[in-house]
Amino acid sequence: MVDPGNKLDEIMDILVEDARISQVAKHIKAEVDKIIEAQEKIVMPGIVDMHVHLREPGREDKETVCSGSRAALAGGITSILAMPNTEPTMDSVEHLKILKEAIQKSAKNNVFICAAITKSRQGEALNDIASLKKFGAIAISDDGASIESDSVMLEALKTAKKEGILVICHSEDKKLSNGGQVNLGFTSTRLGLRGVSSESEYKRIERDIELAEKTGARVHIAHVSCKESVEIIAKAKKKGFEVTCETAPHYFSFSDEEVLGYDTNFKMNPPLRGKEDVLAIRKGLLDGIIDVIASDHAPHTENEKDIEFERAEFGVIGLETELAAATTELLGDCLLNWTQLAEKMALNPSRILGINKGTLSVGADADIIVINPAKEWVVKKERFLSKSRNSAFIGRTLKGFVEYTFYKGKGHKWNS
Amino acid sequence: MSLEFWISFVIRIWTFDIKPMNWIRKDLLGLEELSKEELELILSTAESFKEISSREIKKVPALRGKTVVNLFYEPSTRTRVSFEVAAKRLSADVINIAAETSSVKKGETLIDTGRNIEALKADIIVMRHNCSGAAAMLSRNVNLSVVNAGDGWHEHPTQALLDIFTLKEKLGRIEGLNVSIVGDIAHSRVARSNIWGLTKLGANVTVCAPKMLIPPGIEGMNVVVTNNIDFALKDADAVNVLRMQFERDGQAAFPKQLEYFKEFGITEERLEQAEKDIIVMHPGPINRGIEMSSAVADGAHSVILEQVTNGIAVRMAVLFLVAQANEKIKNENTD
Repeated sequence: MVDPGNKLDEIMDILVEDARISQVAKHIKAEVDKIIEAQEKIVMPGIVDMHVHLREPGREDKETVCSGSRAALAGGITSILAMPNTEPTMDSVEHLKILKEAIQKSAKNNVFICAAITKSRQGEALNDIASLKKFGAIAISDDGASIESDSVMLEALKTAKKEGILVICHSEDKKLSNGGQVNLGFTSTRLGLRGVSSESEYKRIERDIELAEKTGARVHIAHVSCKESVEIIAKAKKKGFEVTCETAPHYFSFSDEEVLGYDTNFKMNPPLRGKEDVLAIRKGLLDGIIDVIASDHAPHTENEKDIEFERAEFGVIGLETELAAATTELLGDCLLNWTQLAEKMALNPSRILGINKGTLSVGADADIIVINPAKEWVVKKERFLSKSRNSAFIGRTLKGFVEYTFYKGKGHKWNS
Repeated sequence: MSLEFWISFVIRIWTFDIKPMNWIRKDLLGLEELSKEELELILSTAESFKEISSREIKKVPALRGKTVVNLFYEPSTRTRVSFEVAAKRLSADVINIAAETSSVKKGETLIDTGRNIEALKADIIVMRHNCSGAAAMLSRNVNLSVVNAGDGWHEHPTQALLDIFTLKEKLGRIEGLNVSIVGDIAHSRVARSNIWGLTKLGANVTVCAPKMLIPPGIEGMNVVVTNNIDFALKDADAVNVLRMQFERDGQAAFPKQLEYFKEFGITEERLEQAEKDIIVMHPGPINRGIEMSSAVADGAHSVILEQVTNGIAVRMAVLFLVAQANEKIKNENTD
């Protein structure tokens, strides 16, 4: 059992009563309805994925709260943060109400709401952050876009500070990324595609951190993909500034060479970077510079992906492969151990979001997963529970399989 | 394994001609993925096809009963006509589809268009497309042959093959030649295909352009990069001059036409200064007075019209090879 919140990494029993954890001890003697044997398995808190696009309302053909949260459970994820770039955008209480109703009606796990910072995520008029927070938003972000104007961003950060809400930054200078499709460099040159420089990412991270420091607002940098970004965040942290960040499994699993066959399942924003960047991301995770692994689950239909590369949508799904990708790529000597993995996937995101999740403390919701760390399985397109199939991991063999997901004490057993 | 075995093995390779290799690809998507031997096979096949165009009756029945569809999503006269002539000299039936007039305008996807053409029982699609990678995507989704006639900034393999064919015809070899490519390298599929083809065949390639038209990481393709035209011409055996596409206007720092001619234009004076008798190539259409002076275009160095003639032989070879390979693939699948 791995529970970094309580500094535990040993063989223990967990007793669940009334959807909550009622006891954690070496040998629990109690009369129970059901016992799950977990020898040779890893038991840890359910994953908290703080970067998920559920597409509801508006694009239910790609994903819904129901399908997305079910796919999440299969990936061992018991809490998700839904990003606000829906149709309509989550920029008003009225719009939040639509999502909230969908969550109440059909969510299979905890779905938290991230509201937009500006009206229609246009980067111009600030939303009524206070009301959005009051109505249940636990973070704000214009994800998919970055606020261009320094003064609007500054205003947003001031408001966020005042309201005590987290700002999640999609840090991208669109003038620099300039319609790019893949990482700028040998790969873009070979493919004859417009390139996206690392600069477009790290320059904007630099700005976002600088403005956040000015205001004292709490910021979290989304989908960090390149070496320089890790360095900039490391520097800010060293200075004592409280900034956090995340990366996604594709950034530590793949380099831009994967794109050479024009497979649109390797097209995402930011793009897959060079091998050096992949190493820097891995090192950033090991060094604790990167706090969180989140999927950036971005479902798209085949109609939007099975077309010419430069016309295809950016983004890949990730809920169902996130944990296995991490165990496959990151566990081992000189890499992460289970405690660190549980920190990055459950404890840290919970702390950053200020939600009472990510631990196996007595009294906590019984959101628990059981992982078979030795089991190898092949990712198959037709097996996804997500409504969309645009995964970068199709055909890969991953090691580590979620066998049970308990959400509020209710168990689901998964077969590969 | 015994020593005798190895000796006999080596002797076998030495004494018997290694069988001429077979072309096994159903498509020609680019030169990047081809081996040196495959490139040589296309060139030698083209050589044997060239003679047909000088006959009184310029036709052989090699592709009789086959249908070639020219699917062009970008305007092109030269390449399309060249493919059409090549296909007809092989007795194939040719259909031209210009995207502007087709159902593409009504929103049909590339895959659907390709499958419809396949359902018409066509055998080869020759495609020009403005998106890089379009030919590769189409080929994955149809069983008929796909010949890339230019995809975005990515590759234009038959153009490079005809350039290389012309060079070889003129100088007798490719290996060891110094070839400079001058112009908008960043946005040029002709440049990319030429670089892959030439370097695989052992030529030394230099690319020359204003800084903003050199794509990042191009050194990785084993080329020398320079911004100095005189350096590029100094010991060159040939120069391939790319068309400057000033219609790309609006892009930051794109050079002005006259400035470009002054700094990079190929003139007789520049050719005089070079050490060798340089062959001048151009994929056309030429912007006279911008990439090169009219005197150069029409002068003794120029092989521009021979390139056009050779284009037919090269495209005949490509159509013939992919059709033959696909026939074999189909037969194997039905066996």
